[in-house]
Amino acid sequence: MSEQHSKPDNSKMITRLLASVVLMFAFGFALVPLYEKFCEVTGFNGRTNNSAAAGSDGNLVDTTRLVTIEFHTRVNRGLPWEFSSEVRRLQVHPGETTTVNFTATNRTGRDMTGQALPSVAPGEAAPYLLKTECFCFQNQPLAAGDTAVMPMQFYVDPDIPNHIRTFTLSYMMYDMTEAAAQGRVVVDTSE
Amino acid sequence: MSTVVDTHHEHDDHHDHKPTGIKRWLFTTNHKDIGSLYLLFSFLMFFAGGTMALVIRAELFQPGMQIVDPHFFNQMTTMHGLIMVFGAVMPAFTGLANWMIPMMIGAPDMALPRMNNWSFWILPFAFIIMLSSMLMPGGGPAFGWTFYAPLSTTYSTDSTALFVFAIHIMGISSIMGAINVIVTIMNMRAPGMTYMRMPLFVWTWFITAFLLIAVMPVLAGVVTMVLTDKYFATSFFDAAGGGDPVLFQHLFWFFGHPEVYIMILPSFGIVSAIIPAFARKPLFGYASMVYATAAIAGLSFLVWAHHMFTTGMPVFASLFFMYMTMLIAVPTGVKIFNWVSTMWRGSMTFEPPMLFALAFVILFTIGGFSGIMLAITPVDFQYHDTYFVVAHFHYVLVSGAVFSIMAAAYYWLPKWSGFMPDEGLAKLHFWCSVISVNILFFPMHFVGLAGMPRRIPDYALQFADINAIVSVGAFLFGFSQLIFLAVVVKCMAKKGQAAVAKPWEGAEGLEWDVPSPAPYHTFDTPPKIEAPIR
Ligand code: HEM
Ligand SMILES: [Cu+2]
Repeated sequence: MSEQHSKPDNSKMITRLLASVVLMFAFGFALVPLYEKFCEVTGFNGRTNNSAAAGSDGNLVDTTRLVTIEFHTRVNRGLPWEFSSEVRRLQVHPGETTTVNFTATNRTGRDMTGQALPSVAPGEAAPYLLKTECFCFQNQPLAAGDTAVMPMQFYVDPDIPNHIRTFTLSYMMYDMTEAAAQGRVVVDTSE
Repeated sequence: MSTVVDTHHEHDDHHDHKPTGIKRWLFTTNHKDIGSLYLLFSFLMFFAGGTMALVIRAELFQPGMQIVDPHFFNQMTTMHGLIMVFGAVMPAFTGLANWMIPMMIGAPDMALPRMNNWSFWILPFAFIIMLSSMLMPGGGPAFGWTFYAPLSTTYSTDSTALFVFAIHIMGISSIMGAINVIVTIMNMRAPGMTYMRMPLFVWTWFITAFLLIAVMPVLAGVVTMVLTDKYFATSFFDAAGGGDPVLFQHLFWFFGHPEVYIMILPSFGIVSAIIPAFARKPLFGYASMVYATAAIAGLSFLVWAHHMFTTGMPVFASLFFMYMTMLIAVPTGVKIFNWVSTMWRGSMTFEPPMLFALAFVILFTIGGFSGIMLAITPVDFQYHDTYFVVAHFHYVLVSGAVFSIMAAAYYWLPKWSGFMPDEGLAKLHFWCSVISVNILFFPMHFVGLAGMPRRIPDYALQFADINAIVSVGAFLFGFSQLIFLAVVVKCMAKKGQAAVAKPWEGAEGLEWDVPSPAPYHTFDTPPKIEAPIR
């Protein structure tokens, strides 16, 4: 019961509690990079690598199985572009390097900049899709009325679990005209 | 059982002198005054939020659009939720904490009386800002109390800035309140009031205060991110800029789930005070109650994603959050078991506080059961965002948290006002409330299971009959609360039967050792507690 007699030290306690408040506020913000890292490692939110992966070791092609990849393209609401892939679905052996061409057309009368963001479903497959070259690593400036053919070169990591037979790679094209004009970096390619 | 020495210290009049009129209330640092302010403010907000609920239910009385336009309907659901959570339930608990914690632990006041004044007085401003944002062009917040991005970023009106500001103020107020509670409990207990002798209301509030300190800053962070995403070109939640809208939900529910426990733990404390008093038996399993409360608080940080099963989480994560959620039912079950055991072979009487406490135990348990149903990942895909969820959280929040607040009001009104709540009116209030609350919320389970989505102003014809019943229940429940208002006004007007120091025969605790109404200053000299008070 000695605690009853010790002189209460309010200010020390308040300092500690306020420090916890500040810490938790910072923690809320720290969750943002933590979440991103977590998703990058696990592929939980379907993110794929946004900088070039090392090329495939040609010897490791697993010819015993095929993985089906479905391609899906969309433009964000209100962006008057056309955006499509040359193929809708493709079967590849894990380890085999393949190139798929995507086409984007700016149907407006002004120069614009777009940015395609990839997403893989199921997320479990995301870490196994390795892109060695992709238009999605940069912005895509398109002059008024222009069409661009944009290659995407990839291979599927031979370590991909056997139960993943099919996955979808979806690209959403966003309007980045304003952000690019302001010089804001959109996709971090520094890694 | 309670052995209190030295409670007969001076209650002389010279101690009671205080400024009069508005100044008394503006500048007061007295825990009882501030407690009353919180409680009255919460009561006002309860009626404001309730009126909005009646607008919602009036629109939903029939299928089709009759009374309000969809955008206004959305503002009503949003404001109703925000007001009830941040304006009614949380301030009511803070008011009870202010009134009761110092008296229950034998302290003369809260530890930080001036901060206490601030934490109350910034609250009305927060709500004035939030409510007046509805007058802005484009209307007030209409994105639901959960303000999911991008609804609150890309698609919201400029009132969002005011919303963010108001939430910041409310958060600061709650954090200051929580700091005050913690410091008071740790530093101001009377000699002999060891931690394991504290009444459960004090214990549950102690734990709640830590939850508040842990999660209110996270809420402040999320609203700040919404603000910068909307106005300062950041992309926390904007996929186009490399952000992720799902991240919003993770951050929000990291706050949100502990928040729902912030709104129920003090209820557990209230009910744990009332049931023993009217069963005339000590609380069964005091220590297990304390540990169960702590366990619930700890687990509440590990279940947030049960609000997000349909966002496409990986199976492993879904399973983790499903099992963690179900685990919470264990300590919750311990509590319910203890309350029932306390009543077992007790000599029970059914005064108004006990009636509300009993209704709490039964109806809260129903809400817990629907919670467990929602926690089952695969079935949540069917229930999510339907009226089943609405039924669930209204059982735990209205017939749970709100009923416990009413029980507390009836239990302690004699101490606060010096007058017994009118028993006839109180019982009428109870029966009207308990019947109408079930007419209001029980049928929501059925329309929810049948697929009626929440937060939509119109619905398919097959839901018409049940919605009509629900709306009738809503108006009955709403108007029943006027009886409660009458009881409270009558006590405040000092009408009715005067209360003795301990008006409830089986009640235990230091608060009953001081006269009714409690003098302005109590326990200036601390009492000495020599045995557990239970
Ligand atoms: C055994 C205890 C409980 C379990 C297992 C449980 C489970 C759940 C689950 C799984 C959901 C999400 C449903 C969905 O959106 O699909 C939910 C929603 C909710 N629960 Fe509970 N719950 C419990 C207790 C409580 C308590 C004690 C409260 C508050 C006092 C509460 C308040 C809420 C609220 C407010 C929502 C809806 C939030 C929103 O989307 O607006 N729950 N609950
Ligand atoms: Cu929850």
